[in-house]
Amino acid sequence: MSGGGTAPAVEMRGIGKRYGVTVAVRGVDLIGLPGEVHALVGENGAGKSTLMKVLSGAVQPEEGEIRLDGTTVRIGDPAEARRLGVHAVYQEFSLVPNLSVAENIWLSRGSHRRGRWWVDRSKVNRSAEDLLDEIGFTGLDVRRPVSRLRVSGRQLVEIAKAVVERPQVLILDEPSAVLSREELRRLFTLVRTLTREGTLVFYVSHRLEEVFEIADRITVLKDGEVVGTVRPQETDERELIRMMVGRTLEEIYPRRGGGKGEEVLGVDGLGRDVAFADVSLSLARGEIVGLFGLVGSGRTELARCIFGAEPATSGRMRLEGRPFRPRSPADAVARGVAYLTEDRARDGLVLTDTVRDNVSLASLRRLGRWGVLDRRTQEQVVRIKVRELDIRPPQPSRVVGRLSGGNQQKVVMAKWLLTAAKVLILDEPTRGVDVATKVDMYRMTAALAERGVGILLISSELPEILGMSDRVLVMRKGRVVGEFDRARATEEALLAPAAGVRP
Amino acid sequence: MKDGVATGLGGRGLPWKRPGSGTRGRLVDYAFMAVFVLLVVIAAVSSDFFFSQTNLTNIARQMVTNGLISLGMLVVILTGGIDLSVGAVVALAGIMASGVQADLPLGLAVVVALAVGSTAGAVNGFLVARFSLAPFIVTLATLSAFRGLVFVYSDTPITPADPSSRSLLGGGFIGPVPVPVVFMVVCYVLVWLFVGRTTPGRAIVAIGGNAEAVRLAGVPVRRHVVLAYVLSGFLSALAGILLVSRLGIAQPNVGVGYELDAIAACVIGGAILGGGGGSVIGTLGGVLTLGLIDNLLNLFNVQSYYQQILKGAIIVVAVLARRITKADGLA
Repeated sequence: MSGGGTAPAVEMRGIGKRYGVTVAVRGVDLIGLPGEVHALVGENGAGKSTLMKVLSGAVQPEEGEIRLDGTTVRIGDPAEARRLGVHAVYQEFSLVPNLSVAENIWLSRGSHRRGRWWVDRSKVNRSAEDLLDEIGFTGLDVRRPVSRLRVSGRQLVEIAKAVVERPQVLILDEPSAVLSREELRRLFTLVRTLTREGTLVFYVSHRLEEVFEIADRITVLKDGEVVGTVRPQETDERELIRMMVGRTLEEIYPRRGGGKGEEVLGVDGLGRDVAFADVSLSLARGEIVGLFGLVGSGRTELARCIFGAEPATSGRMRLEGRPFRPRSPADAVARGVAYLTEDRARDGLVLTDTVRDNVSLASLRRLGRWGVLDRRTQEQVVRIKVRELDIRPPQPSRVVGRLSGGNQQKVVMAKWLLTAAKVLILDEPTRGVDVATKVDMYRMTAALAERGVGILLISSELPEILGMSDRVLVMRKGRVVGEFDRARATEEALLAPAAGVRP
Repeated sequence: MKDGVATGLGGRGLPWKRPGSGTRGRLVDYAFMAVFVLLVVIAAVSSDFFFSQTNLTNIARQMVTNGLISLGMLVVILTGGIDLSVGAVVALAGIMASGVQADLPLGLAVVVALAVGSTAGAVNGFLVARFSLAPFIVTLATLSAFRGLVFVYSDTPITPADPSSRSLLGGGFIGPVPVPVVFMVVCYVLVWLFVGRTTPGRAIVAIGGNAEAVRLAGVPVRRHVVLAYVLSGFLSALAGILLVSRLGIAQPNVGVGYELDAIAACVIGGAILGGGGGSVIGTLGGVLTLGLIDNLLNLFNVQSYYQQILKGAIIVVAVLARRITKADGLA
């Protein structure tokens, strides 16, 4: 924990950075003590990431001063930051996909060479294994190419790569966004070990529960300025949210009528190889059914089968009472099924394309006549959606890759809203988005349900599942192991079957 | 799960590898235009012959072959692929068009040659899309196979049987404008409309950016990839027919190395190998630039070996200029 009299490991004074006319941070003071976990919270665009990029040398501030252990430094680039003991793990992965886990971990060190040219592979692998063991990230095959890992595995490798350098200051930017609870627990253990050895850890996150669990101090940023620094024991979640957005918790999950219509999607004994088996469920018009389970419980695979992205190997489905056997996503979309994928950058968006092109992608056929695009209609409907979802900046010609995470997610949502789907599957719809966007996503989801769309909500976030769902199904190891209506769905009730424990 | 089509080097699209968009990207476009204008000025000042009717007609006609091939190449590059077989398709279509004139009327001969070229493209597209093979490998293989087919058909040059083919196609004029140039302009307008204004066109652009996202948006990916290669085959065939009819003889070894000029034109025009960027206008700019340089070097009597070296250097510089405009990341 932080000693009272120690000199700050990091002292940032009056930091200012702008991108063109946009002010990212302004006059920010931040002090990090050795051995503390210092959380940074705030909405997307509040300046957390920029501030950390300044510290790690990824961007240069226009104003301000940085002191490490009392010495004023100029951090010109990330390499220099690393020499000074500052290591950052960002959301964007900096791994080489076709190299193995072990090779990636040792990449920046260039160690384990034999002579000038030869790399001692077995030594690389062995020491990577030792390292992962030591920091508690067991269960990763170090020989596996990074491209074959799930996102969570990649995140762990990324963290291991930084930790191997024995950093004085470690920056974790949204590390939990892609981790399962178990993986997160391991990360927290690691963080505590590091801080005991005197490392200062900056922890950037949207998830307040985590912040309360791990942080010694919390600094809240809003619109590029520091709102305040607090200790977790002196505050609570409500207070923090108020500091971050100026809105209270009660307003997050919208109230709904919850009147049920007739069945729109029926699934009977559906299965696919080893991914999941014998899944039955029924989704009514206007109903939101939560699908809860740990990562790897088969939720996503089930969603992909319903959407026709993968064929089911057993069972059958009905859509509006008629048999439904999609052989491709195109089939599913044509019948009115939409699927918002869990990883928008990987398979939800064409990042190099414009907002306009992305929003209309799933509706191209309807927007064209004889294959010729009706550009006036396209522009009209896209503009309506951009306004409806409050996508910022409200320019259809903007390249999607340049939007913030929250706005990117809104673009994916807009794409599916435009198809006028009857069944909408949302797979982790609020992953890595800011609180304000979360509120917007919940509001839209509720509005869709009101309009009669059947919604299947997949999420690892319990508050979200509990706040949104009319009914909750719990999956574990590819099977549905529990069903709870709204009244009976509580955190404990859902967690027990998901983890395989009988209450 | 992994049955998404491998459309090329970066079918999934690398988010940090964006085309030079925004103000600075535009500045580079202006810079390229300025270089082009400069080249024209140099040419005009240093050679009286440059602006003569004969020379301009020559430049225009010589550019048509690379112009048409580059246009098809662009469509394939937009999907994240590449088509190395274009030169062989040029020869195949050219020699077929000349050969079958012995038995068929000119119009039908042209249709046959175009169909052969399109089929060749369909073969490429099918292999790439259906079996998720790397476009580079597939078209390298078919480059060899199609060239072999040409020699199987005829290992000696064929002179077109119908004498009217030269005056009607490759050597003809509409007013002062050579017929091949008219074909090229029409194709550019059509493909420009196709890429920007049609649903398959937009799908093709999106596929190069992120094929899996397109598939999961309910857009069939494979048939669009096939379509792109068919277009490339068709346009290469058209280039071959016009070339052979202009030269008045179909050599079985015509078109060797043409894929390089086409890729160069696309890249100079801002296309991104691996997909996710490129434009018809830019490609036209690339074709004009390369054509102009060729012509200038000829006017100055530079040896063709030096021409090749210079061309290589120009491509590197062009790519570097585009690279510099890569916008710095926003928060």
